[in-house]
Amino acid sequence: MTTQTKATNAPPLALYVHWPFCERKCPYCDFNSHVREQVDHDRWRRALLADMRHFARQTPNHILHSIFFGGGTPSLMHPRTVAALIEEAAKLWPTVNGLEITLEANPSSVEAARLAAYRSAGVNRVSLGVQALDDASLRFLGRLHTADEALRALEIARTTFDRLSFDLIYARPEQSLAQWREELTRALSFHAGHLSAYQLTIEQDTAFFRRHARGEFHLPDEDLAADLFALTEDLAGAQGLLPYEISNYAKPGAESRHNLAYWQAGHYVGIGPGAHGRLPLPEGAALATQQSKRPETWLDQVENKGHGSENTETVTADQRCEEAVMMGLRLTNGIDKALFAARLGRPLEQAINPQAMADLIDLGMLCDSPTHLATTPDGRLLLNSLTSRLLS
Amino acid sequence: MAKLENIRNFAIIAHIDHGKSTLADRLIQDCGGLTNREMKQQVLDSMEIERERGITIKAQTVRLEYKADDGETYILNLMDTPGHVDFAYEVSRSLKACEGSLLVVDASQGVEAQTLANVYQAIDIDHEVVPVLNKIDLPAAEPERIRRQIEDVIGIDASEAIPVSAKTGVGVHEVLEALVTKLPAPKGDANKPLKAMLVDSWYDPYLGVVVLVRVMDGVMKKGMVMKMMATGAEHPIDRVGIFSPKKTPVESLGPGEIGFITAGIKEVADTNVGDTITEAKKPCAEALAGFKPSQSVVFCGLFPADAADFEHLRDSLHKLRLNDASFEFEAESSAALGFGFRCGFLGMLHLEIIQERLYREFNLDLITTSPSVVYKVHKTDGTLEELHNPADMPDPVRIAHIEEPWIEATIMLPDEHLGSVLKLCEDRRGIQKQLTYAGNRAMLIYELPLNEVVYDFYDRLKSVSRGYASFDYQLKEYRQGDLVKLSILVNAEPVDALAMLVHRSQAETRGRGLCERLKDLIPRQMFKIPIQAAIGGKVVARETISALRKDVTAKCYGGDVSRKRKLLEKQKAGKKRMRTYGKVEIPHDAFIAALKMNDS
Ligand SMILES: Nc1nc2c(ncn2[C@@H]2O[C@H](COP(=O)(O)OP(=O)(O)O)[C@@H](O)[C@H]2O)c(=O)[nH]1
Ligand SMILES: C[S@@+](CC[C@H](N)C(=O)[O-])C[C@H]1O[C@@H](n2cnc3c(N)ncnc32)[C@H](O)[C@@H]1O
Ligand code: SF4
Ligand SMILES: [Mg+2]
Repeated sequence: MTTQTKATNAPPLALYVHWPFCERKCPYCDFNSHVREQVDHDRWRRALLADMRHFARQTPNHILHSIFFGGGTPSLMHPRTVAALIEEAAKLWPTVNGLEITLEANPSSVEAARLAAYRSAGVNRVSLGVQALDDASLRFLGRLHTADEALRALEIARTTFDRLSFDLIYARPEQSLAQWREELTRALSFHAGHLSAYQLTIEQDTAFFRRHARGEFHLPDEDLAADLFALTEDLAGAQGLLPYEISNYAKPGAESRHNLAYWQAGHYVGIGPGAHGRLPLPEGAALATQQSKRPETWLDQVENKGHGSENTETVTADQRCEEAVMMGLRLTNGIDKALFAARLGRPLEQAINPQAMADLIDLGMLCDSPTHLATTPDGRLLLNSLTSRLLS
Repeated sequence: MAKLENIRNFAIIAHIDHGKSTLADRLIQDCGGLTNREMKQQVLDSMEIERERGITIKAQTVRLEYKADDGETYILNLMDTPGHVDFAYEVSRSLKACEGSLLVVDASQGVEAQTLANVYQAIDIDHEVVPVLNKIDLPAAEPERIRRQIEDVIGIDASEAIPVSAKTGVGVHEVLEALVTKLPAPKGDANKPLKAMLVDSWYDPYLGVVVLVRVMDGVMKKGMVMKMMATGAEHPIDRVGIFSPKKTPVESLGPGEIGFITAGIKEVADTNVGDTITEAKKPCAEALAGFKPSQSVVFCGLFPADAADFEHLRDSLHKLRLNDASFEFEAESSAALGFGFRCGFLGMLHLEIIQERLYREFNLDLITTSPSVVYKVHKTDGTLEELHNPADMPDPVRIAHIEEPWIEATIMLPDEHLGSVLKLCEDRRGIQKQLTYAGNRAMLIYELPLNEVVYDFYDRLKSVSRGYASFDYQLKEYRQGDLVKLSILVNAEPVDALAMLVHRSQAETRGRGLCERLKDLIPRQMFKIPIQAAIGGKVVARETISALRKDVTAKCYGGDVSRKRKLLEKQKAGKKRMRTYGKVEIPHDAFIAALKMNDS
């Protein structure tokens, strides 16, 4: 089904496909997601294919390493659309062996029923938006599924896919260490190979933002949040899910390859409303692309112009270095110096403030080795302060 | 040139809102100084606003022609002066240019502290004081009670105090008659060499420096080469005039007259209030008594909030000085605040005016360090050093003793607030000199160290008396004090901008207050930060800012990496407003807030 090519020296590429529709807008969510009564799936399929072709012309010679269907709720896509997109991608780019193809799915029963069809379409990894394991929390989070549905969806997903991940949102209002220990322990008993556990973040322009500002609920304070984080690492680690990024845990080898492209200054194509891309330019610079966010605008634009880009700007090599430091230090292993130099065209040491680095090593926040620059466990939690010093 | 015996020069002394401006309007109107069309309300006030914009606080005069009941026409020169203690010397010169004063007291309110200080000055120079009880149209007016209060508190005969309503016009004629009959005519000799007092001066964009003068002897004319006796500078006079209140040219100014001249003088700094002006080729034998060069009483550091504004600040200070020679500045640098200026002012109001003008007119966002008085540091080697900046304090082992300025403060207030005001004065090391009552108003006289007053005394006084206390002071003398330098250390590094000289008995409280405030103001950082207040090596107060534990963003935004970079850029912009102190980053705002004087 996919054209498999032997690994060459061709630069790697990741492909992100954004499906912007959801059944309901969750009150904490600031992703580009929209609720629509009706979606013309044929039109959307044609448009996504056209957008993909447009970018393929700009990334000749690249070799595709991953595809990620994100959202929004991609489990609302027709499996036929998913299949067509995967097929077309394989025609447009050479691909690596074992191309990783992930799809984000919501755990409602209807969507769970479609998982097999996605597998037939070529999806080989699924990421389930479980979010919480008790109904009261799911209601607070405005989710449409129950805890039971989530458990059933997990079960179906596990039997359908070799590679399974699921998302949890923790550090919710009133959440205690004991409660989270119980919930996470249960979650870990599913033996998924990958877990994303995000602390609840209040984003501007969301319903939660307004409710939080009015004092309707309170988040755990900094100390409790830090303790919850440490507990998550301990429990997941004990089950063999090692923290490899701030909010991501995986069995060795089960890491999300697609997301690693974001964290390691890779190149990626982003198609669909609001999707972002980073296309190669000479000398370490990149072209940042952003697609129009409103679904209808994007659709019209693709149909009229052949692509949905609203904004493309050059990210200079200096700026990309900053991005690579910010993103790279999110990884537990830190920044791979050789990879950094290969992708950015200069050594890491040139991209950071040496005095700040020395101070942070002194303070026990950073740890430097010949191959990697990484945060220490203390430093990981203070990444914002760290990067702002390193990049000053 | 007017006949001496038909001239009357008078000042108006009044507390704010007691009706000075309204009464002045009435006087001008009754004398026909302005046509009805020109006569808008509050002639003095509209000029005040102009003055406020152009300069700080200046004296001004209006010349009125009054046809009295005796049939003679008199020239009345009304002298309006800034009533604030910071400008006490300027006030004294303005009073010196007159032979009498109108004391305007609101008959529904009574005498206030600021009025007192000015009346006493007038009495000291033998002014005839004509008391006026204003606002008698008000139902709450109690002219009899206030008449007695004037006698009790001020100690002058008020039996002939004139009941007036500046609003309705009642009594205004009587005021004009009293000026003519009670005030003495000025003395002087037109044939003697020129001797005139420089009352005030300001910068006019069209005319250059305009000098307000009162002629004592001799005659001032256009073309004459004048000489300022304090500086020796000579200038040919190119314009002579009076204020009617419009600037009106006249041929000459003779003895007893008040008017203005211009003489191609470039900067206000070239003129000294109180100086004597004479004729270069025929100088008078001796200058007028009492001349004092202006002297700064309060110093503070002014730093641009944005370091890039340093040059702009320098230019702006130079521009302000064109018109106000009474403040001084010199470049200074601080580890905490970067490059700025150490500035000297006549007092706290003066400081506020300059700060406000830098902000309003020059768009400068400033950080002001705590005001400091001038200390006299006697060193063990017998030398004396004047200290304007606590950061410059010599090593304590080389100090024999330190002297600080004391003031005599007059506070008037309703007696229900007396307890809290007494406590405030005691807390500030005050020594009570007098406590008297007039009706339900108390009058307090206290000696206080000026450094306690510049700290936040005035704000505290207003707050404990709910705004009902009035306050005035006079510098008294230097006295030895047990003063120590209080240093603030953040992460064991002294922060120069926060150092201050305090009395040993206050050091701990003051230090504790600052440490607590800084603890709230400095954001948590990657490590814990001790904040200490110390005298020399001895820590007198301490707080600790615990270490930040977590600031990482949990969620990442997929491929939207630009969003993260933009956040970082915002953070970096924020950092420009941070000062790195050792390893600690302190936001600018934290300094500003820590330096805000009205604490508690
Ligand atoms: N009722 C009454 N109000 C007066 C009288 N004189 C002044 N005022 C009012 O008192 C307030 C303060 O007057 P103003 O002349 O500005 O006082 P200044 O601050 O001493 O110049 C203004 O609202 C005046 O209208 C008066 O004789 N009777
Ligand atoms: C693209 S989103 C949603 C995918 C899918 N539509 C869903 O809701 O299950 C990916 C994940 O980000 C996490 N997330 C979204 N908003 C969040 C927030 N405000 N705070 C913490 N985690 C959040 C959720 O765990 C979510 O599953
Ligand atoms: S969290 Fe997922 S389901 Fe909810 S609105 Fe956002 S994208 Fe849609
Ligand atoms: Mg007024």
